[in-house]
Amino acid sequence: MLTNADFLALEGTAGNFTATINLRPRYIDADACTACGLCTQYCPKHHVDPYNEGLAITRPIHIDYAQAVPATYYIDPSSCLFLQHETCQICVPVCQSHAINFKQQPEERKLNIGAVILSPGFGKIDPKTLAKFSYGKHPDVVTSFEYERMTTASGPFMGEVKCFSDGRHPKRMAFIQCVGSRDIGCNNGYCSSVCCMYAIKEALVTKEHDPEVDITIYYMDIRTQGKDFDAARERAEAIGVKFVRAKVADVTPWENHLQLTYATLDGQHKFEPFDLVVLSVGLESPKDAQKIADITKIDLNKYDFCATDSFNPLQTSQQGIVVAGAFQGPKDIPESVTQSSAAASLAAASLKAVRGKGVEMKIYPEEQVVAADDEVRIGVFVCHCGINISSVVDCAAVANYAGDMKNVTFYTENLYSCSQDAQEVIKKKIKEHKLNRVVIAACSPRTHEPLFQETLRDAGLNRNLFEMVNIRDQCSWVHAGEPELATIKSKDLVRMAVAKARLIQPLPEQTVPVTAKALVIGAGVAGMTAALNLAEQGFDSVLIEKGDGIGGNLQNLHYTLAGDAVQSHLKTLVDKVKQSKKVDVLCNAELVQTAGFIGNFASVIASGKGKARVEQTVDHGVIIVATGGREHRPDKYLLGKSKKVVTQQELEKQLAGKAKTRAPGSIVMIQCAGSRGDDLNYCSKVCCNHALKNILKVKEINPDSQIVVLYRDMRTYGFAEDAYLEARKMGVVFIPYEVDLKPEVTEKGAKVQVRFFDSIMQEEVTMSPDLVALSVGIVPDDTDTLSKLLKLPVTANKFFLEAHVKLRPVELSVSGVYVCGLAHGPKPVDETIVQAQAAAAKAAIPLVKGYVKVDPIVSSVEQDKCIGCGLCVSLCPYGAIVMQKVDGKRKAETISASCKACGICAAHCPTFAISMGGFTNEQINSQIEAFGATGDR
Amino acid sequence: MADQQFNPSILGFLCNWCCYAAADAAGVSRFQYPPSMRTVRVMCTGRIDPAFVLRAFVEGADGIFSGG
Repeated sequence: MLTNADFLALEGTAGNFTATINLRPRYIDADACTACGLCTQYCPKHHVDPYNEGLAITRPIHIDYAQAVPATYYIDPSSCLFLQHETCQICVPVCQSHAINFKQQPEERKLNIGAVILSPGFGKIDPKTLAKFSYGKHPDVVTSFEYERMTTASGPFMGEVKCFSDGRHPKRMAFIQCVGSRDIGCNNGYCSSVCCMYAIKEALVTKEHDPEVDITIYYMDIRTQGKDFDAARERAEAIGVKFVRAKVADVTPWENHLQLTYATLDGQHKFEPFDLVVLSVGLESPKDAQKIADITKIDLNKYDFCATDSFNPLQTSQQGIVVAGAFQGPKDIPESVTQSSAAASLAAASLKAVRGKGVEMKIYPEEQVVAADDEVRIGVFVCHCGINISSVVDCAAVANYAGDMKNVTFYTENLYSCSQDAQEVIKKKIKEHKLNRVVIAACSPRTHEPLFQETLRDAGLNRNLFEMVNIRDQCSWVHAGEPELATIKSKDLVRMAVAKARLIQPLPEQTVPVTAKALVIGAGVAGMTAALNLAEQGFDSVLIEKGDGIGGNLQNLHYTLAGDAVQSHLKTLVDKVKQSKKVDVLCNAELVQTAGFIGNFASVIASGKGKARVEQTVDHGVIIVATGGREHRPDKYLLGKSKKVVTQQELEKQLAGKAKTRAPGSIVMIQCAGSRGDDLNYCSKVCCNHALKNILKVKEINPDSQIVVLYRDMRTYGFAEDAYLEARKMGVVFIPYEVDLKPEVTEKGAKVQVRFFDSIMQEEVTMSPDLVALSVGIVPDDTDTLSKLLKLPVTANKFFLEAHVKLRPVELSVSGVYVCGLAHGPKPVDETIVQAQAAAAKAAIPLVKGYVKVDPIVSSVEQDKCIGCGLCVSLCPYGAIVMQKVDGKRKAETISASCKACGICAAHCPTFAISMGGFTNEQINSQIEAFGATGDR
Repeated sequence: MADQQFNPSILGFLCNWCCYAAADAAGVSRFQYPPSMRTVRVMCTGRIDPAFVLRAFVEGADGIFSGG
């Protein structure tokens, strides 16, 4: 990973690029820096903290935030006294690990690479756009980015919300949406897609801090189109956050308050006073977009984002260069994470030929056998961490205390236990004193356990014969003013660790081989894309389809909003799948049964019709669930009862046909028909764009057609906003309706009548259009069966529930099972394709490795003690315990490869038959006993 | 009076993935709190057997902290 780096040039072609990178000096040796933070404390110069949006002061020598990667400080040359004026250098002697190096020079480096992924993120809206809201003129008008830092517990105000003018807590707050988005005034016609959701989040967080604060969100449309996002809006409304559909004209200072002027839909102008105003600023294209385009020769769209098309959403106009994240278009975290996986799979496929080359495997010495009855010889190392620990904790006293304990054969102190030379000392002492358990009292096992375990392996010891005591992060740093009590706490923690160390045993390193084949369930665009992506990466898959043929919902679509022809793309995709030697397609097929775990599944699949139906068993390593969804047909608005009422999908089919009257002279479209709190509780994300796409098509065929759209919120997020604007320019009328005042459709003779309340004219209107088009939602295809078969959780709306909404958006909680497409949630075709590529990327990880590594801390069942009650099976959240018949008796057994080591099974087993590696009952009990044995400290 | 202040002896069971990480983050941010808790790291608070809690009280704990 090269940070502090600039991308200067790119030469060559796909498969053989040369990139030129400039590495800016950080003036700190990254390998030596221990991130102790002493330099920042001593640095005398102030530096406005850009990470905290300028709301805090840091020093030129600093780290952006505690979890920054790499965890290394750097010097910002723009304000460093030495780099600007050749004076100071106070940091140099302060740094105990001699990491500061002012001699570092910029370094130009050439990299030979095969593929490029562009992920520069997004840029900031020009402050000029914010001026009309008094931003920069009054301190209590802040951007949402600034407000985010303010509400963050680890931010400069530790989460305290206050007015910058006088430090008071605001009682009335306003959020103004669409600042710098949907605004052709600043040349940003697009919707930034994320601002509605983050404004709701920030409002919810504010309410958590102070339930009394009065919050109003001023909006044009609330665009919470993401999976389960509408629920957040409802939650906000339920706790009193007000949503006002209005256009905000300006914000002006008014004594020590702010006055907000806004116009509502019915044409009224109103004023409201506020203490604090948050501007929900949009996402701009990255600052360097044009520079990147010049270097890589990729095309940009008219807003300077990377240009891509619906069927190759991450492919730039240059071969070998793909894009991920907000540079492809404004998007939120789950979608960015999904795109990053997808981009990796595209790059990996193009680099297939060189996979694994240049990798060197480390060879460890043979592991020393440590038997259960061997004498326990514990070595205790107490770390000073420079002065991070030793300035508070009396390290010598702690080490001496440990030396008096039973089984401790060696004890010492280290200045920096993690330094290279200290590792050598530890290895030497292990051999010299024949140590067979190592206890290190230093920082956190979360950051340093892997490093010390590596040292143990180098010394020929099993890595689990190790216990770490946290006397820095959870002791010296948090009890800085109480050195004596901190020393006592350190002694207690060491005593508890030594007690546990006496009982720890070596644990076997297990790996499980992987069958390098995937089972893909569902052959719509998601399943086909995933299977083809895996094929391109070199892996076989079995693609099973419930229906007669492959293609899925794409068969019902004819064109996209961007104007691409769907059917010709579908034909290419279907042909590719059929021709691929690596994809085995089974139609009229369903999964009957699956046994096994990640890397080693065996599934029974029934396929064929009638007498030709056969069952076969397929061995495979991973499963991709792409079972899709379908149009929801509500029993409302005369759908199915009147020929003049159709769904958008039916209208699309009609428009794609040849009939002369296919684009009727007058159409009323009703959005959210059956959705968002009606039959379906959620927003289906695609319907607004679907309506727009049909509107533009109708207008193309019959420019005189009069179209009225009745909607709740037009959710033409991202670049689709352009189409919404275009439709309005063409004279299409958009009228919002309230959820408790839905339009009514009735039949009058051969005509249909639509009656609705016109919120603009403030009166009831009746129309008799030639056609009523309903924008209906999407429901998942049967997820119950598969959910039971594979133990996969589903949401309240019956879509599959991903393992982590933000961080693991295409993985399911059962290891080795991935999800993509409509089975995960409603989404348009481009997002489905990206998600399928991402699922293939994740599924390819075990397939590429060829084995699955099992963490040694998993659970294990002592079958003699097991009474076969099955409690553990019902409690395991990962489906990692199964019941087996052993000599005719029911016994539990852990599937090690699926176990996540949580220990719920062990805590609940009524006969103590289940044990956790490294966290056995005996070990934890010994810690508790040692906790109580305070007499000898 | 200061010596008679109640200084409880607390045993905390912290989940490796959340509360233990949060305790580390508190350290990184140098938040100060009383040094009256000793910790046992577990991989999930689901690991906490009620028997552990009872045993800790037997061993003299004044309170148990479970963070997950």
